[in-house]
Amino acid sequence: MGYVTPSSLQDAVDALSHPEAVIVAGGTDLYPALRDRPVPANLVDISAIPALHGITATPTGWRIGGATTWTDLIRARHLPAAFDGLKAAARDLGSVQIQNVATLAGNLCNASPAADGVPALLALDAEVELIGPTGTRVMPLATFVTGPRQTQLRPGDLMVALYVPALPDSSQSSFLKLGSRRYLVISIAMVAVVLWLDDQDRVVGARVAVGACSAVAQRLPKLEADLRGRPVRDLLTEPLVTKAHLASLAPIDDIRGSATYRQDAALHLCQRALRAAAVKFRPADE
Amino acid sequence: MAAPGERLSVTLRERLEARDVKVGCDAGDCGACTVLLDGRPVCACLMPTQRVAGHAVDTLAGLVRTDPLAQTLTQTFQDHGAAQCGICTPGMMVAAVALLRDTPRPQAAEVQDALGGVLCRCTGYRKILDAVLAAGHPPAPLTGSGAVGSAIRRLDGAAKVTGTEVFGDDVAPPGTLELRVIRSPHPRARFQFGDLAQYARAAGLEAVLTADDIGGTNCFGVIPDFADQPVFAETETRFQGEAIAAVIATPDRMRQFDPVDFPVTWTVLDPVMTVEAAQDATAPQLHANRPGNLLCGGLVQCGDADAALARADVTVTGQFSTSFVEHAYIEPEAGYAVPEGDRIAVYACTQAPVMDLDGLEHILGIDRRRIRIVPTAVGGGFGSKLDLSVQPYLALGVLKTGKPVRMAYSRHESMQSTTKRHPAEISITIGATRDGKICGLQFAGDFNTGAYASWGPTVATRVPIHASGPYLVRDYRAQSRAIHTHSPPSGAFRGFGVPQAAAALEPLLDDLATKLGLDPLEFRISNALQAGEPTVCGQVFSQGVGITACLTALRPAWAAAKADCASFNAGQGAHGFLRRGVGVAAGWYGCGNTSLPNPSTIKAGIRANGQIVLHQGAVDIGQGSSTVITQIFAQALGVSVDQVVLVGADTDLTPDAGKTSASRQTFVSGNAARRTGLALRQQILAQLNAADTARIVPGPTGLSVIDAAQTHALDLTRQPPNGEGYVLQAMETYDPPTQPPDENGQGAPYAQFGYAAHLAMVEVDLALGTVRALGFTAAHDVGQAINPLLVEGQVQGGIAQGLGMTLMEEFVPGRTANLHDYLIPTIGDMPPVDTLIIEEPDAHGPFGAKGLGEHVLIPTAPALLNAIHHATGLRMTRLPVTPSRLHAAIKAHADA
Repeated sequence: MGYVTPSSLQDAVDALSHPEAVIVAGGTDLYPALRDRPVPANLVDISAIPALHGITATPTGWRIGGATTWTDLIRARHLPAAFDGLKAAARDLGSVQIQNVATLAGNLCNASPAADGVPALLALDAEVELIGPTGTRVMPLATFVTGPRQTQLRPGDLMVALYVPALPDSSQSSFLKLGSRRYLVISIAMVAVVLWLDDQDRVVGARVAVGACSAVAQRLPKLEADLRGRPVRDLLTEPLVTKAHLASLAPIDDIRGSATYRQDAALHLCQRALRAAAVKFRPADE
Repeated sequence: MAAPGERLSVTLRERLEARDVKVGCDAGDCGACTVLLDGRPVCACLMPTQRVAGHAVDTLAGLVRTDPLAQTLTQTFQDHGAAQCGICTPGMMVAAVALLRDTPRPQAAEVQDALGGVLCRCTGYRKILDAVLAAGHPPAPLTGSGAVGSAIRRLDGAAKVTGTEVFGDDVAPPGTLELRVIRSPHPRARFQFGDLAQYARAAGLEAVLTADDIGGTNCFGVIPDFADQPVFAETETRFQGEAIAAVIATPDRMRQFDPVDFPVTWTVLDPVMTVEAAQDATAPQLHANRPGNLLCGGLVQCGDADAALARADVTVTGQFSTSFVEHAYIEPEAGYAVPEGDRIAVYACTQAPVMDLDGLEHILGIDRRRIRIVPTAVGGGFGSKLDLSVQPYLALGVLKTGKPVRMAYSRHESMQSTTKRHPAEISITIGATRDGKICGLQFAGDFNTGAYASWGPTVATRVPIHASGPYLVRDYRAQSRAIHTHSPPSGAFRGFGVPQAAAALEPLLDDLATKLGLDPLEFRISNALQAGEPTVCGQVFSQGVGITACLTALRPAWAAAKADCASFNAGQGAHGFLRRGVGVAAGWYGCGNTSLPNPSTIKAGIRANGQIVLHQGAVDIGQGSSTVITQIFAQALGVSVDQVVLVGADTDLTPDAGKTSASRQTFVSGNAARRTGLALRQQILAQLNAADTARIVPGPTGLSVIDAAQTHALDLTRQPPNGEGYVLQAMETYDPPTQPPDENGQGAPYAQFGYAAHLAMVEVDLALGTVRALGFTAAHDVGQAINPLLVEGQVQGGIAQGLGMTLMEEFVPGRTANLHDYLIPTIGDMPPVDTLIIEEPDAHGPFGAKGLGEHVLIPTAPALLNAIHHATGLRMTRLPVTPSRLHAAIKAHADA
């Protein structure tokens, strides 16, 4: 087969039926993982399929083509403030060189516990659409990634798009990443927040997701529940996040930091990310 | 036609001759291969070539030809000294062009965001930042004359900023046979090959090399008495990544080569990975002739340290540990070897061409006259390219195949197999009397020297000499030991163990000052070594001791930084999580080999047409020795730099200027260049009986001499040129005067020391344990700055390496052999550096100059540690101080 560049989803599915076919999108995970081994002989380049591109409004929210690059996302001026956290994650992902080619779907399919895109997309309640030999499936991102480097992708599958359900127009968001240096750094921990308020400036919806602190990035439902109904100014002044809120995290010790460190840092990052989102509402007494 | 999925970097370099695209990691971690794809910067190493069909790809060389912004950057990069070794320069400049097209006058933060994806290991980034910022403004070119003391562009800069510089992997023509080394995946394992001949035939290989192919001795080492490293392991490996064999094949075949197919079976054995484990009575012995896995030790003692500590009014004691540090130059080892008649020429990146020749002579077992070493441009060295790497494989490959052979280490094998900075376990006790004078110092350091000797003996020797710091210590005992483990060989890395020793000593000096109620800077000043006082080796310098001047130069910055920290911290209140701190530390470093002969020879000649040619064999690895040595030579001869034609290092063309190591090139080769310039000058003046004060004026057709307002043309056609085409020729040698040590390390190990003092200011996030460096003030006594621009470049680059060593760099064998798990500072991590050049002339140095390259990171780590202590009250004793470790210390302190 060699190197093929299908121009339609059906052609891509057909090409991926080859038993040794490997998808290449941005290439930013594929090539580094080779280390000193040869490039795979059969590559399916999915970058030229129109259905994998574009960030468009749908009746129920937003559709983001799977091959959308992080730079495409950063430059999408028509997205509401709820996406600011995701855009911040995009700007912290690798370097400009990486952002220019790496795709959103690739970040999800690679399924690193430290994937920079996952927490913000979890906080946006994203769903993913897969296509494969047996047709199309849509599932929540939260269930798509099943473990470190493990997903619900089956042989021959391809991620077509991400769907983000509509949020109230007033929603705000934030993202914080902790690393040992400024650029080109794998996260030690990261937190994404999406918030929206009622007309009394009380929290109606809160979504908080933490990455690199468990096998799969995860939302913190107990914290989210405790935030609901709170005046937003409490998020600026009160230490609302407790250890109990983070009890579901299960960080590991590795060269980037200890498990204890990640657990503690996640708590501070949650606190700061909530504040960073809350301050964007400019509460009256600020 | 590119192979399916072929990396764009390969296609550009090997099929389209765009060797200006540099490959540093093949993983998107370094950005050296940055090109523009439809105007956007991308890493060519991550881009399938088929993808770019129908799109525009710009590399640096093309941009320089056509793009006015790139052309402006070629000027500002040279004027600011933004290219040192130059290996990252194409990536930096291409990324900068993309930024400037969108943002013609960027802010510093925008430049950092745009260049954050390109790593540089030489410059410390600040000069690059300045060069990009300057591109948005009217040019302010450098106007230095080239005389000693003037800042001029580096003489080899133009090639570096236009993409024409030729590095180790840039020499071989496309299509050359390629060589790859087969390496051990285990730190310690016995192995057996399958049928190699059958494998080679079946796999379509040109040849397989093993220890059986070595005609000479399968053993090399930088110090002949300690040579112990095989080119190919024979039965058992001693570290993960050790070579056992090599394969040679055509490029097309090699692109499909998978090392896992190589026929070898392994029997894994238990390794010893730490100094403690290696000293256990039951530990496996790495080398039969080194019981206890002890490579060697070092000792310096004077006075009576025990008695002095007993009578001291206060004492402090501490244990410190440091990690393996990787050189992480952006150019992996690479080269090309070619048969030239019955000779072999090896073109490779190296810091030590004549040592390479010595090594190959023994390994190949052939007459040394049959070997020629031609150093290519070196994309960063910092000590690790002193040792042989690719050279033996290339030469053996030529002998085996009779054809030219090339190879380039992958990032992974470069980091796995080349030398590291020694991890150290250090204990120190220091005493002082109530009047604030140091009274007794004991130092013991164990250094993990890895599997082979490399420069371990040098570290063991240097550390006890320097562990006192640049202070008057009359009662002193310092011991060091180098211990083998199944780790990559520890070798030379900027400072030869002295940075580790300083990172232990200087924090304790702060603690001592605190105990005495003294200001840390003033305490250091009052103990600083003075001219006329003995070093711990009993060496007395009557001049050139610049440490007091360095320390006192920090006083204004020290006062200002302390006030700044106090006011910032007060403003944080009880709940604020940021704390600022400031720290100082000092260092010294002896230039040249320790107590050993260390000559450099420089040659120059004048052709019949009056052209002045300088044969300069000192390898410029980015630090600027080609420029500095030419400035010194031109000054001595009495001409300007642009009137000198340079012939670069080549063992056929240049006499031995020694290795680029030990901060010796400005001092030692500079002196040889000065003597050569003076000798040539005498010959010219003698031809015309002109006075010493006469002026030599090169012209388009010959030389003339102006003596007492009279101009005399020198007729160079009267005498026949020698075999090299020179009518006049001079060749002079300089060897620094040293004396060997006695059994207590007393003697005169170095003819000169350079001195340094750094101030570091940091901001610590108490909740996250992160440390952000806010700024450095660096005072360096260089005797005489030959070229102040290059001095600043060395200082900033050294500080960046010191910053990395302090906050993030930790090589873990088998775990971090790549540039995303092993972190070095990015452009976003380096704060401004204020360089204070101190010139306390040295009697031995050329025009008073001293060495500088290694001095620059010795005070950095302890200055940062002291700043962290000032900010947090915590004494961090293990490097690097990662956020996780600092957070743990903050938490333990709060709990206590």
